[in-house]
Amino acid sequence: MATSFANFGNELYTGKRSYDFVDSKKIWFLIAAVLVALSILLPVAKGGFNLGIEFRGGSEFTVSNVKTTDPALGEKAVKDVVSGSVPRVANVAGTTMRIQTDKLTDDETLRIKDGLTTAYGVTDNEVTSTFVGPTWGADVTKQALLGLAIFVGLAAVLMALYFRTWKMSLSALVGMLVTMFITAGVYALSDFEVTPSAIIGFLTVLSYSLYDTVVVFDKIRENTADLQASTRRTFGEEVNLAVNQTLVRSINTMMVAILPVGAILFIGAGLLGAGTLRDLSLALFVGILIGTAATIFIAAPLYAWLRQGERELVKQAARVQQRRAQAAAKAETAEAPATA
Amino acid sequence: MARTGPKNTALRVLVWLGVILAVLTAVLAGGTMAGQASWAPKLALDLEGGTQMILAPKVEGGSGINEEQLNQAVAIIRQRVDGSGVAEAEISTQSGRNVVVSLPGTPAKETRALIQASADMNFRPVLQAGPGAAVPTESLTPEDQLPKPTAEPTNGSDINWVTPEVYKKFELLNCDNPSQDKQERSDPTKPLVTCEPASANSPAIKYILGPVEVKGSNIAGSSFQLQRGAQGAVTNEWAVNIQFNDEGTTKFKAVTERLYQFNVASQAQGGSDPKAQFAIVLDDQVISAPRANATITDGRPQITGGFTEQSAKALSDQLRFGALPISFEIQSEQQISATLGGEQLRMGMLAGLIGLLLVVVYSLFQYRALGLVTVASLVVAGALTYLAIAILGWTENYRLSLAGVAGLIVAIGQTADSFIVYFERIRDELREGRGLVSAVQNGWKRAKRTVLASKAVNLLAALVLYFVAVGNVRGFAFTLGLTAIADLIVVFMFTHPTLQLLSGTKFFGEGHRFSGLDPKRLGAIPLYRGAGRIRTPDDKPAVALRAKNTGAAAEAERRMTIAERRLAERQEQLAGSSKNASKEGN
Repeated sequence: MATSFANFGNELYTGKRSYDFVDSKKIWFLIAAVLVALSILLPVAKGGFNLGIEFRGGSEFTVSNVKTTDPALGEKAVKDVVSGSVPRVANVAGTTMRIQTDKLTDDETLRIKDGLTTAYGVTDNEVTSTFVGPTWGADVTKQALLGLAIFVGLAAVLMALYFRTWKMSLSALVGMLVTMFITAGVYALSDFEVTPSAIIGFLTVLSYSLYDTVVVFDKIRENTADLQASTRRTFGEEVNLAVNQTLVRSINTMMVAILPVGAILFIGAGLLGAGTLRDLSLALFVGILIGTAATIFIAAPLYAWLRQGERELVKQAARVQQRRAQAAAKAETAEAPATA
Repeated sequence: MARTGPKNTALRVLVWLGVILAVLTAVLAGGTMAGQASWAPKLALDLEGGTQMILAPKVEGGSGINEEQLNQAVAIIRQRVDGSGVAEAEISTQSGRNVVVSLPGTPAKETRALIQASADMNFRPVLQAGPGAAVPTESLTPEDQLPKPTAEPTNGSDINWVTPEVYKKFELLNCDNPSQDKQERSDPTKPLVTCEPASANSPAIKYILGPVEVKGSNIAGSSFQLQRGAQGAVTNEWAVNIQFNDEGTTKFKAVTERLYQFNVASQAQGGSDPKAQFAIVLDDQVISAPRANATITDGRPQITGGFTEQSAKALSDQLRFGALPISFEIQSEQQISATLGGEQLRMGMLAGLIGLLLVVVYSLFQYRALGLVTVASLVVAGALTYLAIAILGWTENYRLSLAGVAGLIVAIGQTADSFIVYFERIRDELREGRGLVSAVQNGWKRAKRTVLASKAVNLLAALVLYFVAVGNVRGFAFTLGLTAIADLIVVFMFTHPTLQLLSGTKFFGEGHRFSGLDPKRLGAIPLYRGAGRIRTPDDKPAVALRAKNTGAAAEAERRMTIAERRLAERQEQLAGSSKNASKEGN
């Protein structure tokens, strides 16, 4: 397969094999628009995201190495201390139980902890408790949004400076936004808990999405540098070639980025249950896939589209068409005597 | 083959990298031998087990917290935690807004109450004082002999504040074994029954105090120094100086005027009236109750008597905190068992190793022997990162958290990314028909820019996450940024020089089929077209091009390499000029 993949790369590089990303932009944009719309509508229809305890406020216990995974034991342990409460008890992975309750006082927390230790036959060391105040989630959200705004702002400036054209910067940011919305949509759909860790993963995805776009755009810039002096390809075709030429890179980059993340997601978290590692890696896993796709299907075609109306490029496109027409005519006349 | 230039540079750079690694290792080794550092990175509480509380400080009056206030808040909590005998507590600020307290193990209820308690300093006049022990039941004052207020109290020292309830509470209070239950904050307009806990050189004392007369927020500053004697010579006695603001000066003057009279009166009788004392109350506990030996008019009282340097400093610090009535609200609290932390670290490392292995396998699969360069580069990047974390753990007390581990794992992919960008560029150059040596040079020139730009995005994200983030985001952002820098160092100082050297070897230079840089496999069309085997039969565009007259249809256009393009261009120019000529001819 390595051989065929290398061949695949060669063919993409020379243009022998070419996928049409730029010309069929309408389809990609439509798909993206539908997905983004769904990603916005879905959480609304479902009544929001499945927020983690950090956002809801409350108390949580994690009991590891339990002898039995009967949720009733956990419920009883909580109700023995706080009679009216409705604890949510779940077996999160293997021999780990998670018990979530409303906000508890310090004293109640300690007593429930003792109760759980006895109920599940574990030692004191195997019960972890978390208390999250009601304002914490708002704080986290506020900071995350602030971070997002600062990052997007700085990234836009950085890219505009690096590429020296705001159109590239805009295209990359649109690609990033699409990634963001769809990743959030997948989160809403999958009903995974949104925790601060998931939000970190989410913010990292934005960085990955831009990173990926920068690499591809760098090639686009290189390919279109001396476009004015050439009549070989139109601007859109050059962009498409650049995307094709970096396709192997995109796939390889995506693979090496996603392999370690996948390892956390399926190996670490599968055995360990919910937590920092799983929440983070799920957001990254989804986001890297979508981010790579968004660069290829959204950011690059969008850039071509943004620029295709420029006077110089229109003229250049006309020159390309003219030369092609001439070449075709010449080919016909060249063939004519042969057939005659 | 360029033997001298690039090769020598490459060797020099590699030597420099070796020097950097050696220096870092030596630094860490030195620290370890001195017993200050350790080879293993320090672990954060979520991996080591312990309790982490995130507290939001609140200044009374609802105003925001500035950095200095936050630092004071940290100092307050540190003092409280240290005072409660918890070793190795970590107290730090986060994002300029929160205070993070990390304690090993599960803190006692008292410690927890202590941490959340608000700092609230006041000055109250003493009404009555007594030994700390509770009065035995049999000798309690009978109901009918309890003090009965005869009138509304007229000033802070008025004995009419002492109601039967207050007195009963005073008698029952046991300061030798105080309960640490967090109580409601006392009412500043009412009398307070409380303790001065036992200290090194004095037993516990209990007090009935009058209402608050001077607020802690009236303190402008405080210091401690060795007392000067009458002749101005420095004595061995430590003293604590307070400086009040204008409002405090006025109020304190009024208080000391009154208290000094009690002092004068009681000394005349050869006794000592507790009413001559004013109590400095922090968090409803008396921290000092000096006697008024003079009327203080300038708002600069000095407290003396039995201080050591340490106790003088402690009191001085406490007085400074008093200027700032900060209370704390627990935003989140996590108690993580050491078992769970250890397990998560193990799983995290397992996941990381498997992830690394997958990346290695994929690299070898995709890039053959070149993949080994990736592996070696990852190893060097890993070593750099590891040394940096261990050294930062020593010098900056950096602790690796689970989120940090996640950052490291994610970084494996991001680090390998740079190599892919670079390798793909080299392959592109090979496809253009260059020899490996110049392909490496040219590919590097282009890849360098891309790698720098994309790493800048990574670093930007890490920085923003680090500075704006809350909760455990920081650890993640930190390792992400750290690895981005390590990656840059490795790409520039290891991967590129190594490839420069390798491009001179027979195995890579001649494009062995396992080298990952086999020109044949990469479909390279050498600029020099000597060998007949270069063209594959299905490479039609080339054939078409050579047959000049066939011309190039748009379809074939796209299939051209740069080499072909150049040729085509030349042909185009020729064709174009001839066409123009013919046009002119018409």
